[in-house]
Parts: sequence; structure tokens; C-alpha cells
Amino acid sequence: MQFEIGDRGKAERFRAAALPYLDDVYTLARYLLKNPTDAEDAAQECYLRAFRHFATFRGGPMKPWLLAILRNVCKDEFARRARFSAAQADALNEAEPKNEGLWAEAPRSPETEAVQRLDGETIQRLISELPTAFRETLVLREINDLSYREIADATGVPVGTVMSRLARAREMLRTAWQAEEASA
Amino acid sequence: MTCGEAETLLHALIDGELDAGHARQIEAHAAQCRRCTAQLLSYRSLRQAVQGADLRYTAPAALRRNIDRSFPSEALTNRRMFLKGLGVGGLVSAAAAASVALVTLNQESEESIVTEAVSAHLRSLQAEHLVDVVSTDRHTVKPWFNGRLDVAPPVIDLTAQGFTLIGGRLDYINGRAVAAIVYRRRVHIINLFVAQSMGSALQSPRLESVQGFNVRRWTREGLNLLAISDINSDELEEFGRKFEAASVSH
Repeated sequence: MQFEIGDRGKAERFRAAALPYLDDVYTLARYLLKNPTDAEDAAQECYLRAFRHFATFRGGPMKPWLLAILRNVCKDEFARRARFSAAQADALNEAEPKNEGLWAEAPRSPETEAVQRLDGETIQRLISELPTAFRETLVLREINDLSYREIADATGVPVGTVMSRLARAREMLRTAWQAEEASA
Repeated sequence: MTCGEAETLLHALIDGELDAGHARQIEAHAAQCRRCTAQLLSYRSLRQAVQGADLRYTAPAALRRNIDRSFPSEALTNRRMFLKGLGVGGLVSAAAAASVALVTLNQESEESIVTEAVSAHLRSLQAEHLVDVVSTDRHTVKPWFNGRLDVAPPVIDLTAQGFTLIGGRLDYINGRAVAAIVYRRRVHIINLFVAQSMGSALQSPRLESVQGFNVRRWTREGLNLLAISDINSDELEEFGRKFEAASVSH
């Protein structure tokens, strides 16, 4: 139970394996919690939990493992927030909207031309306005650079759901993007 | 292939996640569907624009330093430093500090754990709050803990071995949520408390007697286990060994 000297070797291994992904963890936390202070707390809690569970880490890529832990920390934070404000508790587990499944009919959207470049801050804002489950999937793919399989494992959903969420997320992002272009 | 199917799969194509067979199907579909060709071009340009922008956030230096200092190193052998390094910010950090408290126990608080376990055991017998989830089926009890704890406690039915699983509940020891798994031996109740621990080494079990109750404590696979009951120490030892034997086969 105590933190023994013998744990130092473990701490060094953990430090070397996990600390390089701090920016990834912090980035996902920023997008999920939309607040720098909460993101810092969540990243810190994530590393604490990860260290505690390090003995059970079965090898494989470290980044998706850390991001899965971060995601659980954020879920706890959502639950805490929900106690003060109205329901956001299961935001990360929210069900697929009806008719948005993998084989749903393609929605009609005539705007199919190439998008114009926008600056980073604007894109960050557009992404942060997406609904949680879609935002999370998009960030894990485009910014954390996880594979579909890794996203599925980290978020606990089938690969098919990852695909349909990503399709929907990009569709919503494109719509918002084009509205931004039009207003610029 | 329909446009609906293509619409989802074209993202996998853009992401390089599609197998050759499906990729050919999409390309064949797009070749004869102007709308899907336009979609493909549009989403490709979107992806390029997203990839071309810097959308990452950089962790603040102070955060990096705090996290780095949270783990023991050659220069930091003092457990107090470990706690200090965590810093206390918002609610999450407070929770973190609470859970670390159990990790950094010294001998004194080791004793207070047993004392608290005795109190928790007594509470469970008196307040008609023995179990939150009543079930003799471990497949009901185990999932019940999901999301209530940061640990998946081993829930093992020992009915065949003479210890009947009657349910589980959430309890608190040293201010920290732990799993309590409840068994019955004849008319005696056994509370098995399970909490997360740091080490993974199997410490040899320790039997002790406190305020007339027998307590058996041991560690396995990163978990601290504490069984407490008024059954005699031989039977409690038997419970511990049977639990261990059964959990190895799970």
C-alpha cells in the first residue's frame, strides 16, 4: 500500500512512457471540457489514475490508453457538473440520434464544393460547438490521430459507430464551416 | 452501393481505413454518381484544411511540472513531496488528493483503516443497510459497481464453498469509496472491502483481531482486500483462501 522506494523504477518507466502524450491528453481535455482550468485538473487526475493502473497496463499503444482514462475523468467531471446544472451527465454516452446510423439515407446538402481555409482559432471554436460524442470522435481522429480501432476501444463503442459519428461530425463541421465562410 | 452507404464509407476512404474491396466499391459508385464525387472532394478539402491548421493545445508548463513532480524520483523520496506535487486546484484535484491519501498511508493510518472497517462493518449490520444490490448472482453484483468506483472488484460466488454471496454495497473507508461485497456464513455476516492499491505484489495475508472481530487483509492484482466478520479466525482464513483460490480460476 505504501509508496515504496521500489516504486521508483516503476515511476521512471511510467514517466518515460506517458509524459510525452501530455499535450494529447491536455488537448482532448480542452475540447471535451471547454475550459482551461478544468482541463488542467482533468489532465492531472488522468496521470494520477494512469499511474495507479500502470501495473495493469498490458502494453500496446500508450496514447489511446491514456486518452481512454482522460475520457473517464471527463465523464466524472460532467457528472459533477450535472449535479449543479441540468443534465449533461451521460453526454459522452449519448445514444446515436435516430436515423443517423451507418446505413441511414444521405441527408440532402447541396453545398458540396471545396471549403476555404479558416484560421486555427476559428476551427477550434467550430469544433468545440459540436455535440459531445461527435466532437470527441472528431478530435480523437483529426487531432489525436487515433485509428478507428483505437477510437472504438477508447470510447467503448463499435467501429461502425465510430464511422457514423465521424461522418456526422464532419457533416456538421462542414455546415458550420460554410456558414462561417458566408458570414466572413 | 447506395449513396447512404457511400456517404459513411467515403470517410473511411479519406482516412485510409478502408480495405481494398470496399475502396473499389466506393470508387465505382462515385464514378457514376456526381453527388458522391462532389461529397468526396468536399470532405477531402475539409480534412486537408483541418489537418493543415494547428488545432492542438499545449499543456501549460506549470501543469507539466506538477505532473512530473507527482511521481517519486531520485530527488523526491519523501512521500510528503508526492502529495505536495499534486497541487490542489479544483474539484478534481481535491478528489485526487483524497484518493492519494489512502495510497500514502503510514503505519498509523493502516490501523485507522482497520478501525474504520470495523465501524463500517457495524454500520452495515445495524442500519439495515447491509446491501445496495441484493443478489446471489455475481453477474448482477459485479456490474452494479461499474461507474460507482474506479475499481472493478472481484465478485466471486463461494456458495459451494460454504460462504453465500448475498450482495454488494458502496461504503466509505478513510473517506474513500470502496466496494463492500457481502457474504453469509450460517448466521454470520462477512464484509469484504475492496479498494485500489498501488503495488501489484501479493503481500502475505495478515490476520488480526480488533474489537472482537476478526480481520483478514491481503493484496492481489493491485487491489487491497479486507475481510471482516465475527466468525472465528480459522473460518475467516478459510474464506480468504477459498476466495483467492476461486479468483485465480476467474
